[in-house]
Amino acid sequence: MTREIICISCPIGCHLSVSYRDNGNVQEKDIQIENNKCSRGLIYGKEEILSPKRVVTATCAIDSIHMARIPVKTTGALLKNSIYPLLEDLYKIKLMPPVSAGDIVLENFMNSGINVIATRSLSR
Amino acid sequence: MKKIEREVLIIGGGSAGMAAAAEIAEKGHSVVIVERESTMGGILNQCIHNGFGLHRFKEELTGPEYAERYVNIINELPIDQYTGMTVTEIDDQKDFKLVYAFSSHEGMVEFKVKAVVLAMGCRERNRGNIGTPGSRPSGVFTAGLAQRLVNIDGLIPGKKCVIVGSGDIGLIMARRLSWVGADVQAVVEIQPYPAGLTRNIVQCLNDFNIPLHLSHIVSKIYGKDRVEGVDITPLIDGIEAPVQTFHIDCDTLLLSVGLVPDNEVSKKAGVIISNQTSGPAVDGNLMTNVEGIFACGNVLHVHDLVDFVTEESIRCGSYVNSYLEGKTKGSQYSVMAGANVRYITPNKFTSDSDNKFYLRSMIVKNQAELVVSLDGREIIRKKQKHVQPSEMISCEIKADLLKSTGLNEKSRLEIGLKS
Amino acid sequence: MPETYDVTVIGAGVTGAAIARKLSSYKLKTVVVEKECDVSFGVSKANSGIIHGGFHHDFSALKSRLEIRGNILFDQLKEELHFPFKRCGIVVAAFSSDEMRTVEKLYENGIQNGAVGIELCNHDRMLYLEPKLNKDVVGGLFAPGGGIVEPYRLVFSLMESAKKNGVELLTKFKVKSGTLKNDLYTIEAEDGRNIQSRWVINAAGLYCDEISCIFGAEEYTINVRKGEEFLLDKNATAYTSRVVFPVPSKDSKGMLVIPTVEGTTMVGPTATIIDNKEDYSTTKENFKKIFSSARRLVPVVSERDITTSFTGMRPTLEGDDFYIEMSKKKDRFIQVAGIQSPGLTASPAIAEYVKDIMKRNGLELIEKPDYDPNIDKVPRFRNSSKEEIDKLIEENPAYGEIICRCENITEAEIIASIREGHDSLDGIKFYTRARMGRCQGGFCTYKIMKIVCRETGCSMNDITKRGGESWIVNKKIGDFTTGSKS
Repeated sequence: MTREIICISCPIGCHLSVSYRDNGNVQEKDIQIENNKCSRGLIYGKEEILSPKRVVTATCAIDSIHMARIPVKTTGALLKNSIYPLLEDLYKIKLMPPVSAGDIVLENFMNSGINVIATRSLSR
Repeated sequence: MKKIEREVLIIGGGSAGMAAAAEIAEKGHSVVIVERESTMGGILNQCIHNGFGLHRFKEELTGPEYAERYVNIINELPIDQYTGMTVTEIDDQKDFKLVYAFSSHEGMVEFKVKAVVLAMGCRERNRGNIGTPGSRPSGVFTAGLAQRLVNIDGLIPGKKCVIVGSGDIGLIMARRLSWVGADVQAVVEIQPYPAGLTRNIVQCLNDFNIPLHLSHIVSKIYGKDRVEGVDITPLIDGIEAPVQTFHIDCDTLLLSVGLVPDNEVSKKAGVIISNQTSGPAVDGNLMTNVEGIFACGNVLHVHDLVDFVTEESIRCGSYVNSYLEGKTKGSQYSVMAGANVRYITPNKFTSDSDNKFYLRSMIVKNQAELVVSLDGREIIRKKQKHVQPSEMISCEIKADLLKSTGLNEKSRLEIGLKS
Repeated sequence: MPETYDVTVIGAGVTGAAIARKLSSYKLKTVVVEKECDVSFGVSKANSGIIHGGFHHDFSALKSRLEIRGNILFDQLKEELHFPFKRCGIVVAAFSSDEMRTVEKLYENGIQNGAVGIELCNHDRMLYLEPKLNKDVVGGLFAPGGGIVEPYRLVFSLMESAKKNGVELLTKFKVKSGTLKNDLYTIEAEDGRNIQSRWVINAAGLYCDEISCIFGAEEYTINVRKGEEFLLDKNATAYTSRVVFPVPSKDSKGMLVIPTVEGTTMVGPTATIIDNKEDYSTTKENFKKIFSSARRLVPVVSERDITTSFTGMRPTLEGDDFYIEMSKKKDRFIQVAGIQSPGLTASPAIAEYVKDIMKRNGLELIEKPDYDPNIDKVPRFRNSSKEEIDKLIEENPAYGEIICRCENITEAEIIASIREGHDSLDGIKFYTRARMGRCQGGFCTYKIMKIVCRETGCSMNDITKRGGESWIVNKKIGDFTTGSKS
């Protein structure tokens, strides 16, 4: 099958044409990429097919009069299909101040090696 | 009334104000920041997504992290910070300025300062500004207000949303709303190209299969008490094609239809506002027509990345330092937007030092060329891999290129984009 | 046992509020019932806010006589109630000799009606009186007694004064039935509430015909004439020093340029007869019509300055006059219907007129010795000097918290609004002007919502724009399941 993917490695935004055989177990060598203006397009296109990942930013509840939510993020890109399970978990957490930016909120989510950390400090 | 004397007062404690303050304080000048909200950081605090700081800190930060880095910087410096305080008036007395501000703690305060830095940021355009017809129900939000409600207060504006405008805040909110469980039905953009960054189109719309209707407008809003739906009409060659109008049921409409520099205090102080940027017209020292009043950040022109706000504001701080030290760079000459350029700022340049300009393209193009000419003579030609209106272009011109060129008071620098 | 009143006023618009306040000076037990969640939420909230100069109609019309009398009463009313009001004067601009002839007829009306100071003007005098007028003006008319008012603030003040003198107000009270038995009306609301009353005053604006029908009184039809208007930014150069009228046509006073008391400029309204009383929508066609018409009067009017638009409704009757009479079918039931322009101007005179009808028909009116016509003046941050602000904050720190930065509205003013019963976002907007400025609430909406929660103990979900289903937010993070769509 062929998919069109916009490369976001730089502002040009090449519309990559990515072809591969969808047999449930796509190998890197089976992926054909066209319309890329540079080699970064090749890397990006392959990654988007093999294991698309995203950094997730979200909020957790916090017990404070200053704000209802405190912002958090993943320490690295997480597989796309793990995002919603992560969000469901994060939305159940309630933190107590003080919190410092960088504090771990959730450790090694689903054995991904990815932590979730606070991105804002709140002393009280 | 309380009276306080300092060398510089900065209006606004967001990314622009903090960067300028740090630069000024580092040179040993006394500086005070007046911020109307209860915390420093401005709008960054509600921008909890990542993508900030790649230029300034060489790493990808979220808005609150970027803000906190700067809060830590200014806390280490001798900078007076007044939060919850609003400036009402700048009274220009030539040699000094009297700035009036008030807060519930301090009452009305009179600051006597030598220089003022405008760093108030911008505000969102709204329904009135785009004139969307239809009923006037509850449920029409600017994207920034919705962002604040979701990210800080944890409140969701509605279940089924349509977003007008593909500006970055609108795109970011499309992903945010999806991530909190609301349905984003569509993003509607009047232009034939997206107004936001490409990476946001990919990660905020395509990831969620949210349709982006380019060259479309919301032509009517329905709903008596609360929004019940919208009509969407395509533009064909710029003209509405009513027969192809379609309807989407929704309970919420988010508007991400542009930002406008917030210059009410500036205008009252006699600062001249540029028609192109809606921000102050400034010279090469980022000084307005009122001597001693400077401007930087989104109050000057709306930036795409906070990193550029910081860069500009640090420079602004250094120009303020020169001003305080009596070393302000001399003669200023005109700068004009050339072909395919929507605006350029600053509006003046000097031959005594290097100059840096920010400009916005009116066209979308790969392999464009930036052409700088002085009095009709081309002095720089530079390849631009890709230009589009949503991405700011920066341009530096070294002093020695300008020095020996026989400048006179009618001299004019023109920066254009060749298509 | 339902509460029993001497008088029930149906409708808390400017007419109902003015009548209620008038009656509050007498020893009567009066109640005002209103279907909306706040007062002034119908016809009275969306109109041009003009205090008319007494020249548009001739003396044969009841509305003409009440307009002249009402206009005169406004100075005292402002002294007592502190609503924004300015006698800036009205000019009518003519652009041809034909139009000038119509202007001469208006002048005749004015003279006959007794409009003070009215004059005919030549080209030069018109431009002297209003320098922003189109230079093509041929001549026109000047009515120095005309002015401008913030209509909802007038109604709020009238009602506050009435309440201070003992009148009760029942909001969200939509009348379902009204039956007369043993000299007492029983009035039932849709939500089941009941009251009883000896007198009923029908001041229901657009819905006077339906109320009349419910009570079994006269049958008539209110025709709704819709008007769209645009509001321009405070910095707009279009701000004139007088209200500028075109020469009127047969069915309407035309589209005007209005310098509001608070410094914004208003242009409009259109006039379209519609069937649906609830069609508050705006259209693109009318937008174009309004701006081309306004620019003919004042060429510097610019679309770039628009902050918002709105729609107002005028309740009209066949014959176009006010209908203020005792019902011939039902005892002690008074019709106050068809109160379109100049209803705002006439409202204090309508109140006197209604009071006189009641007196003539047997209602005993005993003046209250403790009647107090004055209400407290809430200090407005935006109208205060630096020294006054310093003092205000010292006495009440909430004056140091700016909530609406566009209109300079402080927390103290928001709290005053909520305590006065105006706690929906629109109620607060009309009372304080918060959310009325150029950002239209982009920065302050969530701050106002938090203050409402704190002051009333309600939750965010309970807050509405203007009652009913106009909720702002009704879910929080965690309420929805994520990921169901993609």
